[in-house]
Formats: sequence, C-alpha cells, structure tokens
Amino acid sequence: MYEHDITLTVNGATEELTVESRTLLVHALRDGLGYTGPNVGCESGKCGACTVHLDGDAVKSCTLLAVQADGGAVTTVEGMATADGADGPDDAADALHPIQRAFHEEHGLQCGYCTPGMVMTAAQVLEENPDPSREAIRASLKGNICRCTGYHNVVNAVESAADSLRNLDSSTEGE
Amino acid sequence: MFPPQFGYRRAGSVAEAVDLLAEFSDRDARVLAGGHGLLPDLKAGREAPDVLVDVGGVDDLRYVEAEGGATAVGALTTYADVDENERLWSRATAFAEAVSHVGDVQIRNRGTVGGNLAQADPSADPPAAALVSEATLVARGPDGRRDIDAADFFEGDGGTTLRDGELLTEVRIPAVDDGSEGSGATAGGAYHKETHPASGYALVGVAAAVVVEDGDVTDARVAVNGVTDPPRRLAPVEAALDGAPADAESVEAAADRATEDIDPGAAVSDAYASGAYRVEVLPVHVRRSLETALDRATGAAATPTRPPHRPAADDGGDRR
Repeated sequence: MYEHDITLTVNGATEELTVESRTLLVHALRDGLGYTGPNVGCESGKCGACTVHLDGDAVKSCTLLAVQADGGAVTTVEGMATADGADGPDDAADALHPIQRAFHEEHGLQCGYCTPGMVMTAAQVLEENPDPSREAIRASLKGNICRCTGYHNVVNAVESAADSLRNLDSSTEGE
Repeated sequence: MFPPQFGYRRAGSVAEAVDLLAEFSDRDARVLAGGHGLLPDLKAGREAPDVLVDVGGVDDLRYVEAEGGATAVGALTTYADVDENERLWSRATAFAEAVSHVGDVQIRNRGTVGGNLAQADPSADPPAAALVSEATLVARGPDGRRDIDAADFFEGDGGTTLRDGELLTEVRIPAVDDGSEGSGATAGGAYHKETHPASGYALVGVAAAVVVEDGDVTDARVAVNGVTDPPRRLAPVEAALDGAPADAESVEAAADRATEDIDPGAAVSDAYASGAYRVEVLPVHVRRSLETALDRATGAAATPTRPPHRPAADDGGDRR
C-alpha cells in the first residue's frame, strides 16, 4: 500500500517504475525517468513550471501523485519537438514545435525556467481555441508564473504560434 | 516539499470506495479525488492522513445530467467539464460562474466539484454558489444514500456534516422558475469575486440568484464566501429585495444591509486582507453580483454560455 509499480507512457515510450504513494508525478518524471523538462518551481501548484499533459490535458505535475497517473499518457516538453507541427528536422530550429519556435523568435522568455510549462499550457489552449484574443491568451496563462520577464513577449509568442499552427493546418488540409 | 508517507488505495467504484473507507475506519483515511485541495495541504504539512482512498478513477461519477428539471452534477465532474457545459451556464449560472473562477487552466483540468465542496474551504468559490442554488449534496456511505441540503453542509474551518465513511457523490441543483412554464418570470445568476493575490481563492466572493416577474424581484438569494466561516446566505439582503422593483435603487438598498448580521471580529483574516477589510468591501461585491444577476434576469445582459477564458470563435478581444 506504500509502494506501487506503475506504468506511464511518456512521449510515446512505455515506462515502468516503482514509486512511493507520496511520490509526485514531477519527481517520478525527473528523478525516476530523466525527463527534466518539467521543472519544480513554487511547489505549491501556483507557478506552472511543472506543467505536462496527462491524457491530453495540461496538468501541474507537482500537484499529482505519480500513482494517480498510473496507466496514463504523459507528454513533456521533450515530446513537443517531434510532435505534429514540426516541419522537418533540417536543423535544430526546424525541429522545434511551432510553439517552441515562436517563444524563441518572439523572445518569450528570459531565464527559460518557466518556459516548458508555458509551452505545454499554450499547446492545450491553442488546440481548444486556435484563434485566441490576447485577452484570452493572458487569461489562459494565469497558472504559469514567470519571475524574470513580463508577459508581453510570451503573449506575442503564443499569438504567433497560433498563426503558425493555423497556417500549418490550412496547408496540410486535403493531404 | 514532499508529502509525508501515507498508504494509498485506488477505488474502482463507489461501492469499493465505501468499503475501503470502512476498512480503514480505525485509521485517519481521506478521500482523494482530483487532489488539488488535498495535495497542497499534504505538501505543506497541514494534513497528514494515514491512508488515501483514491476515487479519481471512478468515471461514472463524472457527468452532468438533466433530471426532472434539476441538474445532477457528478462529484468527479471537473471544473473544466463545468466550464464547457452550456446547460449549467444557462440553468445554474451562479454555480457555473463560480466554478469558472477556481484556479487556472491546469487546476480546472483536474480539480473536481465534489472535492471542492467536500474540502469546504471557506474561501473557495463554489460553496456560496451551492448555497444560493439551494443544491442538494448526495452522500453514499455504509448505510446507503443520504441527501444533505447545502445549507446544512458547511460547518466552518473546512468541516462538513459528511459522516465518517461517507463519500460525496453528486450535487443536485434544482431548476428555478425561469418562465419556461409561461409565468413570465425570468431568472438570472452571477458570481462576483475579489481574488486573493497569492492563493487565487476568494478574499470576497458573492453568488446571487434572482427571479424577476413583472419588473419585481420575486426571489433573491445571496451568499458569500471568503468573509465568513463557514460561507453563508445573507438573509437581510435577500429580505430587502423580496418584492422590490428590479432596479438599481433596490440593489443599492439591499447591498447596504450586507453586513447587518456579520461579526467583523469573526471574519476570515490573513496577511493579505483583514477581516475588517473584507467586511468593509462586502457590500460593494454584493451590489455588483446582484446587478449582474438582475441584468441577466431582465435581459439587459446576456447570460454567458462559457467563461471568458474559453471564448467562442469571436470573443471580441484585443487582437493586435
């Protein structure tokens, strides 16, 4: 009852590990499996640096027990570059997901610690709402806190990523 | 911040959860739903239960269903599920709007309505809305089903009248007379909040549900969370509105009575806002919540079908 053998599918790979009841998902991913994209920031569920997708939903992996995620499919920021939308690994920048590239191009970051969480939240938000207003982008990033920069470039980045993804969608229609 | 050690068992059904709670009746067992209230408490050392019984996987407690005019919301329905539910926005506007104010995108994906009400944080958003909705909270325990009026549920300091071994399984929100019977009455609801800058909980949160007929308020329910512990209805405000014209003057007069039977010395208080401050600004928030609810009842403002953070295709935002 205090230790559990669990299976997670992380970025498409099946991972089996043993966790304590109290092991948080973020620690299972980082310390147990080596996925260091999700970061440990505030530890209280506010900052969103640990955001990953669990079964398609953006979640804070510091506010979930690893055992609660047993059997689930996790996507971390490491899984984004090869996700749909990358238009060919001609060079490192091309291999990035359009959201990652937009953060790079719009300078939507300073130290970058919070960026993986921002990217993961933005990914879900843009999937549900491909053409968000700046106000809606700001509202959707409420659960991601950056202490280094402001949010203007982050909002620019999400808006730019939305444009890229819409163009990508329309250019691949009918294929 | 690692949680202290505890045992963990996953329940596959309501019956299994009730059995597990009975099995651990001699220990400090807690129900784990979405975990977004409980896990922060575990990490911060505010709670240290022996065993968690995880009901998060009991998928048949995740639903929104119409039943004879009432709306039944399964306890494991997430905040995000409520956000997306147009029936709840139209039939239980105050409740849907209060839920939409909880947390952020990530929290709303995991946190559950039942978990929120069972944790009964006096500053959480849904309790006041449950009170003005006159919701019934359905519990299941070793002795079967028990229905609890929301008015009898919250006890203060996070306590509820749930008994040991009982599991909250459903929130039932009765229909209000919104004119569908041809009476000419129209209903409106709203939740208005001043957000705690650090926690995101309510410094002051006011839920209002009103019915208007022939220009007069025929039913008004107003409740507050974040100020009193436990959250409560504001009877003087409701009495002032009963039968009054549905206009700004009535709202102003009613809001002036918001603190009439509240003891400022007993108000919720922390480093961000004293109890005195919360009581001082309460009438303002009562007025704003009532204004919105009345505007929605009279058609002066449209009842939203979804929250602002999940906008429809054309949300009128500030495009560059």
